[in-house]
Amino acid sequence: MSKQIKINRGLNIRLKGESEKTITDFSSITEFALKPSDFHGFSPKLLVKEGDEVKIGSPVFFNKTDERIKITSAVSGTVKAIIRGEKRVIEEIQITASANQEAIDFGKANPNDLNKEQITEKLLNSGVWAYIRQRPYTIIANPSDTPKAIFISGFDSAPLAPDYDFILHGKGDIFQLGIDALAKLTSGKIHLNLHSCINTSKVFSNSKNVEITYFSGPHPSGNVGVQIHHINPINKGDIVWFVNPQDVLLIGKLFHEGKYDASKIIALSGSELLHAKYAKVIGNTCISALVKDNVKSGNLRYISGNALTGSKISEKAYLGFYDHQITVIPEGDFHEFFGWALPGLDKFSFSKSYFSWLTPVKKYTIDTNYHGGERAYVITGEYEKVLPMDIMPMQMIKAILAEDIDMMEKLGIYEVDEEDFALVEFIDTSKTEIQSIIRKGLDLIRKEMN
Amino acid sequence: MKALRNYLDKIKPNFEKGGKYEKLQSTFDAIETFLYVPKKVTFKGSHIRDSIDMKRTMSVVLIALMPALLFGMWNVGYQHSLSIGETNGIFDNFIFGAIKVIPLIAVSYITGLGIEFIFAQYRGHEVNEGFLVSGMLIPMIVPVDIPLWMLSVATAFAVIFGKEVFGGTGMNVFNPALIARAFIFFAYPAQITGDKIWIAGLTEGKGIVDGFSGATPLGNWGQNIADHTSFMDMFLGFIPGSIGETSKLAILIGAAILIFTGIGSWRIMLSTILGGVFMTLIFNMFAANEYMKVDPLTHIVMGGFLFGAVFMATDPVSASQTNKGKYIYGFILGIFAIMIRVFNPAYPEGMMLAILLMNTFAPLIDYYVVEANINRRLKRAKKAVN
Repeated sequence: MSKQIKINRGLNIRLKGESEKTITDFSSITEFALKPSDFHGFSPKLLVKEGDEVKIGSPVFFNKTDERIKITSAVSGTVKAIIRGEKRVIEEIQITASANQEAIDFGKANPNDLNKEQITEKLLNSGVWAYIRQRPYTIIANPSDTPKAIFISGFDSAPLAPDYDFILHGKGDIFQLGIDALAKLTSGKIHLNLHSCINTSKVFSNSKNVEITYFSGPHPSGNVGVQIHHINPINKGDIVWFVNPQDVLLIGKLFHEGKYDASKIIALSGSELLHAKYAKVIGNTCISALVKDNVKSGNLRYISGNALTGSKISEKAYLGFYDHQITVIPEGDFHEFFGWALPGLDKFSFSKSYFSWLTPVKKYTIDTNYHGGERAYVITGEYEKVLPMDIMPMQMIKAILAEDIDMMEKLGIYEVDEEDFALVEFIDTSKTEIQSIIRKGLDLIRKEMN
Repeated sequence: MKALRNYLDKIKPNFEKGGKYEKLQSTFDAIETFLYVPKKVTFKGSHIRDSIDMKRTMSVVLIALMPALLFGMWNVGYQHSLSIGETNGIFDNFIFGAIKVIPLIAVSYITGLGIEFIFAQYRGHEVNEGFLVSGMLIPMIVPVDIPLWMLSVATAFAVIFGKEVFGGTGMNVFNPALIARAFIFFAYPAQITGDKIWIAGLTEGKGIVDGFSGATPLGNWGQNIADHTSFMDMFLGFIPGSIGETSKLAILIGAAILIFTGIGSWRIMLSTILGGVFMTLIFNMFAANEYMKVDPLTHIVMGGFLFGAVFMATDPVSASQTNKGKYIYGFILGIFAIMIRVFNPAYPEGMMLAILLMNTFAPLIDYYVVEANINRRLKRAKKAVN
C-alpha cells in the first residue's frame, strides 16, 4: 500500500474556464522565442546571432557561471531577432521555424545501460538538462551535485491547471524511460506524488522504479515544495531535484528517439476564452495563434502559467519554458463603486466576509484588480490557513523584510519557494507582494551561501 | 455614479504632489478609496487577489459590534427609566440612549480619525482602517455619562501614545481602545468607577427613585457585597454597566459573526473563557470568602469579561500572532482577569488590566512559539545526519 498524506490547509480557487479535454494541434506555428528570464539566477551568454541557422537541439545560449548548462532550440530555422531591454539585458531570442525540420542526433539509448556520467552528458548536450531543477532556490540543477531525492508531482492543483493523467495518457512507456534516466542521477529515491482524486488513471500508478505517495486535499497539495516538506524535508545543505511530469516525458523521448523533442500539450484556460481546451505545441511557441479568435472582447490579461504564479505576457508573446498552461482572465483596471461594502454574491473570497459563501460550488470570474489598497500587516493567523507546512509565514516574511539571514535560515527558508506562498499572497488582506518578498529572501540567502 | 467618478478624476490632480492641496492627499485618498475600490491591477506574482481588503475586514467587525451597540443604546434608556421610576416603551428608551451615545461615538471618531489623517499625511501612506473599529470600541467601554471632552482627550492620548509613537497601525504594543479606557481610569477615576456613574443622570441625582442604587453586580461583588441579580438579567443585559458590555447575548451574536467570517480569532475567545473558568474553579475550591464562591458562569456574564474576550483580546496586532501563542495568551489572560477581580477590590473589573498586561507578554509568548518551531527544525536536521 502506498503512503497517504492528507493536506488539510489550503484553498481551491474556483475559477471559470476549465479546459475541455480535447486536443487541437498547433505544432505548425512557426514563431518561437527563448526567454533567459525563465531561468532564475542564470547569466546568459549568446551562442548565436541574428540570421544564424539553428537545428533542433542547437545551443542558443549558455550560463556564464556554469558553461555546461546550455539552452537549445526546440525547432530548426533562423534566428529572427534578439530583443534586448534595459542595460542590454537579453529578453528574447526569437526563432522562425523553417518548413524542413532538422534535428541534431544525440543517439538513442536505453538509460538502464548507461551510467550516471553518460546520462548527464546526454542531457547536458541536448539542453534537456535545463528541465531538471533544484530546491532550494528553484534554479536549474547543478550537474556536479547528487541530490538526496528527485520529486515528480503527478498533478497540478493550481487554478485551472492541466490534467497530467490526460496529457500523458498512453505515454507510460516513454515516461518510464525518463524515470529510469533520472533514477541514475540520485543517491536516493524518485518520489512520484499523486492525488487520490485527480490521478485516477493508471498512467502514473503503473510506474516502476519510483516510490508513490498519494496526497489528498486542496491546493497547494500539488506543489512539489509542499510534497518535499511532508515526505523528505530539506535541511540546511540538502539538495532535492524536481521535474514536471511532462518534462520527464521529454527526457524519455530524448533516450527513445535520440532527439530533443520539445512538443508538449498545454491547457488553454480561463474565463475569457471562448473555447478552453488543450493544445499540442512545441516548446516556447508564440501564443497568438492559440488565442486569436478564441477570446472574448475587453481588456484581457494573458498569463503563461496559472493565475497564481504565471507570468504576464502579451497576446503576441511566447510560452514560458516551464509552463504548461495559458490562462486568460479579464483585467481589473476600473474603479468599483463601494466595492468593499457590497454583499458580494459574485465575489470570491477565502474568508466568509462576502456572501459568496452561500454558493460553495459556484465558479467565478476573477479579474486582476487588487480589490483593495496596500496596508500594514494587521491581520494575523490567516496565512497559516493556506500554507500546509510547518513554517511560520508571517515571521518568515518579516525576517526577509528585515534581511535577517540568520532568522530566515532558522525559520526554514530552504524549504519554501515563491509558488508555495502564492495562496498566501492571494488571500492577503494587506495586499502585499508576498511572492516577491520570498524570492528576495531566497536570492539573499543564495548570495550569502556562495 | 458616473458624474461622481468624473468629478473625482477631475479634482484628483489638485491633491497629488505639486497640486494646490497636496497636504490633503491622504485625506483625499481615504475618501476616494472609501467611495471606489481603486483600479490598481496586479503585475506579477499572483495575478488574482481575494476580494477581501482591510475595509471589508473592519466593516465586518463593526457589523459584529452592532448588536451590542444597539442593545447598549436601548439599555441606557431603560436603566435611566428604572432610576427615575418610569416605564417607557422600547422605542423611547432607545431614542433616549441614542441621544446619549451617538455624541460619544462622534467625538471618538472625529478626534481619532483627525489624528490618523494627519499622521498618514505626515508619513506619506494611506489611512489605515484600524481606527474605524477602535473608534467604535472606545465609546462602548466607557460609562454613558463620561464628559465628551474627557473622551476626546483619552482618544487623542490613545491614538498618539498608544499607536502612532510605536510606528502606527500594525506596530502598536497595546490595544488602543483599552489605552483610552486606562487613561480615563487613572487620570479621572471618579468618572469611571463607583456605583453611580453607570446610569445616565444618576450622578446628578435629579428625580431618582428613593433607595435606587445603580451599582453593577460586579461593583457589588468588588466590595464583597453578595449580589443577587439573576443570571438571565446579566446574560440578556438588563443591568447597568459600560455601554456595550451589558448584553452577553448581543456579544455572542457578534462573536458568531467574527468566528464564522474567519475574522475574529476563536482560539483567543475560547482560551480566554477557559482561563477564566479555570481560575474561578480554583477559587471555588478554596472558597475563603463569598466572592471566591461565585460560580464560573456568573463570572463570565458579569461585567466586561465577555466583551473583552470577544472584541478586545482578539485585536490581531496587540495579541499573540502565532496560533499556538493565541491559546496561551488567552488562557493566561482569562486567569488574570478573574484573579484581579477577586483579589483586588480597587479594580472591580480585571479584564482591562489583564488584557493590557497580556499585550505586554504577547511578543514573549510568540518568541517561545517561534523558538519551538526553530528547534523542531534543528532536531529534524540532526536526526537526518545521524
